[in-house]
Amino acid sequence: MSILKFLGKRLALSIFVLFGLSLLIFTISRVLPGDPVRMALGSRAPQWAVENMRTQMHLNDPLYVQYYYWLSGALHGDLGQSLFTRRPVIEDVKEFLPATMELAIFAGLIMAVFGVLLGAISGRYSNTWVDNSVRIFSYIGVVTPSFVFAILFLLLFGYVLNLLPTVGRLSPWIHRPPVITGMVSVDSILSGNFAALGDAIKHMLLPAISLALGGMAQEARITRSTISDNLGKDYIASAKGFGVPERMVMLKYLLKPSLIPTVSILGLDFASLLGNAFLVELIFNWPGFSRYGINAMLNKDLNAVSAVVMILGVVFIIVNILVDLLVAWLDPRIRLGAERGK
Amino acid sequence: MKRRLEALRKNWYKFSKNPVSVVGLCFVLAVSFIAVFAPFVSPYPSNAGRFVNFADASQPPSLKHLCGTDVFGRDILSRIFFGFRYSLMMGIVVLSLVVVPGVVLGLVAGYYRGTWIDTVIMRVTDVFLAVPPLILALAICSVLTPSVFNAMMAVSLMWWPWYTRLVYGLSSSLRNEFFVQAAEVTGASRSHILFREILPNCVSSIFTKMSLDMGWVILIGSALSFVGLGAQPPTPDLGTMVADGAKYLPDQWWIAIFPAVAIMITVLGFNLIGDGFRDLFALEEI
Repeated sequence: MSILKFLGKRLALSIFVLFGLSLLIFTISRVLPGDPVRMALGSRAPQWAVENMRTQMHLNDPLYVQYYYWLSGALHGDLGQSLFTRRPVIEDVKEFLPATMELAIFAGLIMAVFGVLLGAISGRYSNTWVDNSVRIFSYIGVVTPSFVFAILFLLLFGYVLNLLPTVGRLSPWIHRPPVITGMVSVDSILSGNFAALGDAIKHMLLPAISLALGGMAQEARITRSTISDNLGKDYIASAKGFGVPERMVMLKYLLKPSLIPTVSILGLDFASLLGNAFLVELIFNWPGFSRYGINAMLNKDLNAVSAVVMILGVVFIIVNILVDLLVAWLDPRIRLGAERGK
Repeated sequence: MKRRLEALRKNWYKFSKNPVSVVGLCFVLAVSFIAVFAPFVSPYPSNAGRFVNFADASQPPSLKHLCGTDVFGRDILSRIFFGFRYSLMMGIVVLSLVVVPGVVLGLVAGYYRGTWIDTVIMRVTDVFLAVPPLILALAICSVLTPSVFNAMMAVSLMWWPWYTRLVYGLSSSLRNEFFVQAAEVTGASRSHILFREILPNCVSSIFTKMSLDMGWVILIGSALSFVGLGAQPPTPDLGTMVADGAKYLPDQWWIAIFPAVAIMITVLGFNLIGDGFRDLFALEEI
């Protein structure tokens, strides 16, 4: 019950936040100095064509009227026309979003699993050579921009070692799975095409790892410090004293509660992952939503930029709700509705 | 005053006993020194901006050019030295624009917890935090003419909510402490309570966050210029240099790699100092 109430409250808040975000992004997209229509049509288009398009896009109306048209359109799934691809933005979204979601989820999984694993090992064996090498790795992960990782991997695995593909989502000779969800790996599982699955994962590996490393390092650091703190606590000593098997102490009594801070920052790490996808997709030429977004930004394609920001806002809000639910599951103090510690 | 100096000395002693933070401090001092005196310490100061010398183009690292030269024949080490200026400037300008409003809003919202003031401030903060910061900064930059200055403005517009949220958490719990209640009872003014009673207890957290944020802001700034929405060539900005160098990658690796390493060293320095502060003040949640 309390979970439902919590969810309801979060959803209500999210709607408010999205409304605010729509105002913000609308304001940003309309303070543009210069005429977006003129840019879309080119400097040689006749004046009447520009005027026509301005009227068509309601650009001559006052701002609040424009906002009304934009918002009511967006609520009906009409995000306007992309001035650059000359297609309805919603079509572009449908085409490009699955690729980015696939990549981001894959990268997020790598980030969470390996971050926790490294942190747990490092915390369990703190102040040994294992711990020290994990800590050095985490520092490198935290301070390196993901685009630098992307470039290095491209160089190392793509050119020098020539081990992994660096462009696109599937090799040309692979039989393409039918488009069901738009995520190639999921589609190939659904259609039982495992050759395509392997190939799709190979293509995702480099961009996903470049995206994951930064967050992975953060997760590892946080997990390490909680684990090594909790390791010295009395309840672990007493569990050991009672003769509880070592494995059980480690997994059930030590790892599970130590994951709470790690999971709490997962949302933030996923956010920076989504942001970095804008650069990494560009480098690996990944035909995703973020590459679409960055191209829209570079071409000042207002409708597309607003749509990209709004949709990633929605994605981020969903991720945060999931993270909160996960934390509530891990932390009985929150789950049982008790006063939050902090 | 004397007591404060004494406390400062003690903190410095503890800080200096942590080898990691001292290494960080050395990195930051070295980078700052190079940035300030770039025209004097760089081997070819004229190579920083608009400069062409095709006779020396695309030279691999050598004793003459320690980090090699780019396709225009500019010495990369000199450009990196000037690039530190833009990176540090990015961090300093953004933080100096952001910290004061962010902190004040957080203090006020936390002190008036539960009233409409709290609701308004924190919901607006939520809106700004609803999108990953890099994405919103990119979006803002995209509607402006790309330049170092506009990139700073865009990142600043995105960054204040982090301070509001941090200080809000602290001040909303501090406001129930006895010393705040005592000040209220004795009739102290609101500004006295906010800035003389609550704020001093938040300073260590704010400081720690600032030193970590210097690194993050520099990273975001380099990302903006990497995609071409920040500093424009021929400005010697590290992110722009990595982007330029990436085009010549497999063969002329030095054009992109050395500026990338320079970014990493700068960010690492601030991160290590931030970690040092965090240990020093025994903070957990930053």
